[in-house]
Amino acid sequence: MKVRGRNIFLIPYMLWIIIFVISPILLVVYYSFLDLDGNFTLSNYQTFFTPVYLKMTLNSFWYAFLITAFSLLIAYPTAYLLTKTKYKQLWLLLIILPSWINLLLKAYAFLGIFGTYGFANAMLEVFGIGKKQILFTDFSFIFVSVYIFIPFMILPIFNAIDKLNPSLIDASRDLGSSAWMTFRRVVFPLTIDGVKSGCQVVFIPALSLFMLTRLIAGNRVITLGTAVEQHFLVTQNWGMGATIAVFLIIIMVLIMFLTGNRKRGVL
Amino acid sequence: MKKMKLSTIYLFIVFVILYAPIFYLMFFSFNSGGKMYHFEQFTLDWYRELFHDTRLLIIVLNTVIIALLSSVISTILGVFGAIAIWYVRKNYQKSLLLSFNNVLIVSPDVIIGASFLIMFTVVGIKLGFTSVLLSHIAFSVPIVVIMVLPKLQEMSSSLIDAAQDLGAGRREILTKVILPYITPGIFAGFFMALTYSLDDFAVTFFVTGNGFSTLSVEIYSLARRGISLNINALSTLLFLFTIILVIGYYFIVTKRNGRAVGLGARK
Repeated sequence: MKVRGRNIFLIPYMLWIIIFVISPILLVVYYSFLDLDGNFTLSNYQTFFTPVYLKMTLNSFWYAFLITAFSLLIAYPTAYLLTKTKYKQLWLLLIILPSWINLLLKAYAFLGIFGTYGFANAMLEVFGIGKKQILFTDFSFIFVSVYIFIPFMILPIFNAIDKLNPSLIDASRDLGSSAWMTFRRVVFPLTIDGVKSGCQVVFIPALSLFMLTRLIAGNRVITLGTAVEQHFLVTQNWGMGATIAVFLIIIMVLIMFLTGNRKRGVL
Repeated sequence: MKKMKLSTIYLFIVFVILYAPIFYLMFFSFNSGGKMYHFEQFTLDWYRELFHDTRLLIIVLNTVIIALLSSVISTILGVFGAIAIWYVRKNYQKSLLLSFNNVLIVSPDVIIGASFLIMFTVVGIKLGFTSVLLSHIAFSVPIVVIMVLPKLQEMSSSLIDAAQDLGAGRREILTKVILPYITPGIFAGFFMALTYSLDDFAVTFFVTGNGFSTLSVEIYSLARRGISLNINALSTLLFLFTIILVIGYYFIVTKRNGRAVGLGARK
């Protein structure tokens, strides 16, 4: 086909890229240099490097790390066992189905389950531990986050394990390695790409959660995402909000590089 | 044999944990007690109340209109984008376009929301229907591209050569060869765009302003006020709707294609 025609398709797409991809990022960077009155300033960046914000950043990282680690811990065995089942595609579909249900509703469900008279406390009573404050704690925040992110972690790992040639495992066993050794030296290294992309799709959103911190953690946990939301929609300090957003973007790019190696166009 | 049992138990527990909160919500939507604990009596009052809540019905209508409009427009734009990327011959240009394409997929919602908010304010677009619609189109386009591009890549170039040899013009090649071939991808993209739009909370929350609301934003503000079994009734209906949508999609795509394309977990 003659080359001439292709520009027609490129025009609307390039317009989309310029309007909705490039210019918003540039605007965020531009706004991060503005103070409350719209004057040019570097003070937002100075503020970011004060202990208050650094501690918050560290905290965000810690929570995101915990959420990613627990998700991985639960998701890997699940994905592995799923590949061993009959009708594995159907089971996978069933595992993924909850992720299609509105996030808000799942968070809302936990308001009931973890509430003072909810199911979790009723169970604690039965076991004789007695009622505890579960909602608005770190535990509930991490539990609900892990609950929400597990399907996203399972999917890439499942795909990686599913692609693994089973004769490699047989070979490893035939050559005398134990089950654990086979896992550590053969299965895990060969599925590391799935693990990486799983961690990526969990860690970045986990850094910027703001809805869950408000509903489940009751404003006790302030992540970078919560701070952005706070600055943009509550205190109306867009400059500071944009500065935090700039750092979030930088972190995101770094993580993408670190976990790199993803095939192009695959998500 | 014993190992098999352990793994079944593990999978069973994961399934129970994934589904329990959803069924917990649905169960209490029939509770006359008005709380998400202590089931008193079976009632359909909450559903009745739901259908008499005009404000809520308008919000549902808004959400559906936004979802349909944005997914139709973003599907068209996304198909254009996918064809544009596919036409580009130079590898570096291809990967550059794909990188730009993926920015909005990997960006945390908070960043997308905040940067769009800045952009709409700078350009002077009033926050409300238009800004929400534009944002939904913007973040759905790359998803459509990702869904359509693999279909284009797997299409053999001899198909197009053959069409050309038989005297087809550019227009005919597009409408008679390319588009029919990538139709499953277009369907998948449209469906994904639809569900992304229906489900989005964070981006909408930033750009919605006062007076205009979608279902997710409404659920959030209701949930922040505490538990009301209206939400449970609403979520039961949404759950059923989601299941129908997924099954419908599954049938359409498997019928055309033999297997589901890109039926993945989602944000």
